[in-house]
Amino acid sequence: MKGRRLTLDQLPQHQSARILGFLPGDERLVNMLREIGFAESDEVELMHKGPFGAGPFCFRLNRTLIALRQKEAAHILVETGDE
Amino acid sequence: MSSLRLALVGAPNCGKSTLFNGLTGGRAKVANYPGVTVETRAGRFTTPSGNDVHLIDLPGIYGLNARSKDERIALSVMRGELDGDAPPDGLIVLIDAANLRTHLHTVLQMRSLGLPMIVALNMIDLAERDGLKIDVARLERELGLPVVPTCAPRKAGREGLLSRLDSEVSKWHGRPREATPERDLKRLQRTARALAGEVILTEPLMNRATRAIDSAVLHPVAGPFILAAILFFVFQAVFTWAAPFMDLIETGIAALGAGVGTALPAGWVYDLIVDGIIAGVGSVIVFLPQIVFLFVFILLLEASGYMARAAVMMDELMLRVGLNGRAFIPLLSSFACAIPGIMSARTIANERDRLTTIMVAPLMTCSARLPVYTLIIAAFIPPDRVGLFNLQGLVMFGLYIVGIISAVTVAFVLKRTLVKGQTQPLMLELPTYKLPNLQDFVLDLWVRVAAFLRRAGTIILATSIALWFLTSYPSGAGSLRESYAGQIGWVLQKLLAPIGFNLEIAIALVPGMAAREVAVGALGTVYAVQGGEENVVGLAATLQSAWSLPTALAFLAWYVFAPQCLATLATARRETNSWGWTGFMAGYLIALAYVAAGITYHGARLIGL
Repeated sequence: MKGRRLTLDQLPQHQSARILGFLPGDERLVNMLREIGFAESDEVELMHKGPFGAGPFCFRLNRTLIALRQKEAAHILVETGDE
Repeated sequence: MSSLRLALVGAPNCGKSTLFNGLTGGRAKVANYPGVTVETRAGRFTTPSGNDVHLIDLPGIYGLNARSKDERIALSVMRGELDGDAPPDGLIVLIDAANLRTHLHTVLQMRSLGLPMIVALNMIDLAERDGLKIDVARLERELGLPVVPTCAPRKAGREGLLSRLDSEVSKWHGRPREATPERDLKRLQRTARALAGEVILTEPLMNRATRAIDSAVLHPVAGPFILAAILFFVFQAVFTWAAPFMDLIETGIAALGAGVGTALPAGWVYDLIVDGIIAGVGSVIVFLPQIVFLFVFILLLEASGYMARAAVMMDELMLRVGLNGRAFIPLLSSFACAIPGIMSARTIANERDRLTTIMVAPLMTCSARLPVYTLIIAAFIPPDRVGLFNLQGLVMFGLYIVGIISAVTVAFVLKRTLVKGQTQPLMLELPTYKLPNLQDFVLDLWVRVAAFLRRAGTIILATSIALWFLTSYPSGAGSLRESYAGQIGWVLQKLLAPIGFNLEIAIALVPGMAAREVAVGALGTVYAVQGGEENVVGLAATLQSAWSLPTALAFLAWYVFAPQCLATLATARRETNSWGWTGFMAGYLIALAYVAAGITYHGARLIGL
């Protein structure tokens, strides 16, 4: 089965995915995400959900750990691996 | 040989300050650029072939978008936009080898500035220990830039960089290349990722220890409790561990006063040195152990990598009051002293969030309030047991909590009125856990301790002398009331009487406006207690008979808010670059202090205390 497409905030914990791109609309935000390292075809994985599930999520981006709020993570489009 | 100006640049957490400290031996000067509110560290070192290098340490940046104040500082230095300075002769661009894939595009961005540069592939030892293999020769070829693997904390780990610097510098003469800033981040990243794919030979998973620790520390339920436990331990330890050292210093100061006293003939010189200087400065130096311990913990938490996790954990809470997780670190530092707290707010990308953080930082209970709290609590609050707790301890804890709640409330109100704006995104890289580097730790601690001692040696010294003068003259003044201080206090007291303050308090507040802790020594002088503040028991007993309980409580309430620290206001002025905001800070704090003291005084009288 081909992988599913979803936004990064929807990614189940400990399932890795590839970044497809960024949702259009907020160019400034996308630039910030790119500068800290998010890029097309990078591997991401949800490592830790925020405190009491409400705070920022911690994602593994390649070998780097980055905290993002769900709101910003929702701008990143990903595809899970083949299942 | 020649003298070179180099700038050290790289992403946050790439080991930049460690390399800077290693190269310069930590002998750094804080460089101020006149006209702009910029402060960078700079130091010197000499390469093996005798090149004299002037190294500028820039704040960590990911790219050239200049989001935060720190990033703008770094950019303007690299572009030579600060007045009087040309761009640096070259850059040392640092990149964490373990995160090469994620961060390589930062190097490409720096390359587009057109300055001569050397790339240091830092923390190569840690990356290799994880099993990462990088083809350095190929990276160098493809980048068209010299690339040197480095391990910043070790001398041997820096030698490659130094010798490479020597061989490269000779080729740097002539005009720098044209700057061709790459605006298209997407294209830049594609190039960087393709390059990373070629030069990274094996790339294992993330650091295992870090993953294991984080599964507890960032656990949705356990994580917040771990943070609370760490903070509780830190504050407990600061108070408990510092106590014996404080006793020691108190004894030392008393002995010094006595020793100097016997050597001097009685007269105004004796009064000035023993009662004015030794007692006044001594009352502040006593708090050095608490400040040292608090900074020890803050620095260790920061250097180990935990502080970034704490910021993540606090983000949701901070967001609700209109701040963001990054404000946690400045606000925590403010418990030691608001000055480093206000300065570290620079890492906050959003200007409005930074301003709000600065505005509320003075509400965190800094160590200078402790002498005052300790004195008043010892005098007026009985050491009764309340359940498991001691009533005195509870009152002290309550004062901390009132400060925090006020900060939260003020931030909440500010974000909805004066500094309205959209919430800003939080993007925070969580570094791999590591043991703090000893040299970095000692240097960082020293910078903070030195700042405190400098304050004691300048502002506090000056106010001690001034206070001594104001209370001792005009000569022949029979009592304090006739002295200059008494005359000023007389005027002030008219304003302060409605909130229960007497003439003595008004007089003590005159020097206390410069620095909070001075008020303790001032009360000692005002009540002419022998032995000044070394004799806290004597002063406490005097206050007991001179003040009513409502007055004492009102005094405590006043101290939670009052902006009695010129150094903090000066720092706020410099960091906000605005007299308006500085005035606002002072004004709202005085207003809150007055109202809070008034409510406390009248409330306490109403319930018959």
